Amino acid sequence: MNDIVIDTHNISRIYNPYTIPVYAIKNVHLHLRRGEFAALVGPSGSGKTTLLNLIGGLDKPDEGQIMINGTDITSLSPSALINFRLNNIGFVFQSFNLIPVLTARENAEFIMLLQGRNKKEREERITQLFKQIGLADKMNRRPSELSGGEQQRVAVARALASKPQFILADEPTANLDSKSASVLLDIMYKLNKEENITFLFSTHDQRVIDRARRVITLVDGQISSDTNIIDTSLPH
Amino acid sequence: MMWLINLAWKNLWRNKMRTTINMSAVFFAVILSVFTSSLKDGIFENLIKNVVSFHTGYIQIHLKGYWNEQILDNCLTYDVNLNQQIISISNISDATPRLESYGLIASDKNTKGCMVIGINPDKENKVTSLKNKLIRGAYLNQNDNGVLVSEGLANRINVNINDTIYLIGQGYHGTTAAGRYKVKGLVKFGTPNLNNQIIYLSMPAASELYSSAQLATSIIISLHNPKLLQSTLSNIQQTLGNEYEVMSWEKILPDVKQHIETDGNNMQYIQGILYMLVSFGIFGALLMMMLERKYELGMLVAIGMKKSKLCILISIESILTVLGGCILGLLVSIPIVYYFNKHALKLGGEIAEIYERFGFEAVFPTSTSADNFISQGITVLIIGLLLSLYPVFKIMKINPSTSMKR
Repeated sequence: MNDIVIDTHNISRIYNPYTIPVYAIKNVHLHLRRGEFAALVGPSGSGKTTLLNLIGGLDKPDEGQIMINGTDITSLSPSALINFRLNNIGFVFQSFNLIPVLTARENAEFIMLLQGRNKKEREERITQLFKQIGLADKMNRRPSELSGGEQQRVAVARALASKPQFILADEPTANLDSKSASVLLDIMYKLNKEENITFLFSTHDQRVIDRARRVITLVDGQISSDTNIIDTSLPH
Repeated sequence: MMWLINLAWKNLWRNKMRTTINMSAVFFAVILSVFTSSLKDGIFENLIKNVVSFHTGYIQIHLKGYWNEQILDNCLTYDVNLNQQIISISNISDATPRLESYGLIASDKNTKGCMVIGINPDKENKVTSLKNKLIRGAYLNQNDNGVLVSEGLANRINVNINDTIYLIGQGYHGTTAAGRYKVKGLVKFGTPNLNNQIIYLSMPAASELYSSAQLATSIIISLHNPKLLQSTLSNIQQTLGNEYEVMSWEKILPDVKQHIETDGNNMQYIQGILYMLVSFGIFGALLMMMLERKYELGMLVAIGMKKSKLCILISIESILTVLGGCILGLLVSIPIVYYFNKHALKLGGEIAEIYERFGFEAVFPTSTSADNFISQGITVLIIGLLLSLYPVFKIMKINPSTSMKR
């Protein structure tokens, strides 16, 4: 049980609850164990982003409970929730969302500054992360000086900088060409395998689905299938 | 904290267009406020200068009781000692004695009541610019035995320069005052009341006419800085003691003072409307900025930036923008205000004639008083900083999931 990082209990998100209720998410029950590399798939409007927002603490469910590493995030105050996100959840967005005035290194360091980490700790972590994402030579470049794929790799480094429990990635390859997408997926796959980092993607991209070891399909806000793909290379 | 200031600074430079628009709103607000305020003060300062240079001076000194009973028997003794005592008081640029009384003026055809004023021609010119009002003939010398007659009065009794007039009246302690004088020049006043009744004599001639050697009904004071009127008034009263009554032009001409106050209040409404426009301008820029940065701010909260830190970040940006706009606005408004002080706005046509008819110059110079720059700069700064609370309010209500919807 201690392995469970994400545990949602019958969560629902209802829009227009007092007029014509629309269930964006309906009675979703989902567990994610540490080290999983899972893809949330489904047609547009099926509720992928809404579910990701709920798990990431960016939105609150109207019904049900979300436990992250044993903490019920639905009962946290808005301020405590921001703090929880900072220390427990890494986000990778579709459109990179790096801070344009900061260099790649400063963008990744930003999260650690918010956490109040000291300079030595920040430098060690950032240097190690940039080696892992293969951008050690481009650390001091601004986002505008990097390609889309490189920017998304910096976004992954930023998400990992805070040492989160898991990474939520909302369509991370949607804006990338196939080569950049492939490089990015290789890096995330490697991080997952070597450092046991948990990833949950929402995606339409077949390349991501092909790499995932678990594919959860959402249709009309409900889980219609949840498939584990056996990976013999996994240590467990 | 330093990294927040650093990030705020970088953010300002990142979107130069946005920063320029926000700063411009404050920049133009400061220029507009300073210019309006300077113009308002300049108009009133000029109006007061006009009124004062007309006749009264900024301050008058009389023997106690003269103002209630304006007769020659209530004269004060004006000598070198008194003059020295007055001149030594700070902010006084000059002092000139006057001997004022009423009498009859007669030509060979007409007789009319008039106001006779004995003056020290040189000093009077320094205080009230009397020479500028000369329209024909020549100005008086120190010991002149000629007279200056106001244009309206000269027309009534049908005299011109070099004609002879006779003055009859009551002198000091009830003596008979009578004299014959040559018209040396004609002066013109805007106010019909003055233009139809004044005659100027040199002080020695007036003293001889009224048998009042070394006596004066009033001493007219001009000031270096008219803004220090009240403190100078107190200093004079303190120096001369209770034997004298010291009156400001405001007390001598209460109707003019009231008129200026009424106009001043009206101008405050205009200034209020201007502040509202300025506020809308700055608020519009902030509104646009918040709309543009909605996604960015939502993303920062999503990745774990506390709203309080985000508020500090945006507040630092706002303070730097407002401060920058204010400083630049002040720097640019200084030459503008000085230019319009030296090259005052001028009215033309009928309105100018009406102004001049009443003895006012039809020009509107700006005031270069530092008070306007400081007060308006601070006012716009406060407006800008108060409006900067709007982004803070919006940040406190930010919801990352809705803010990040494209």
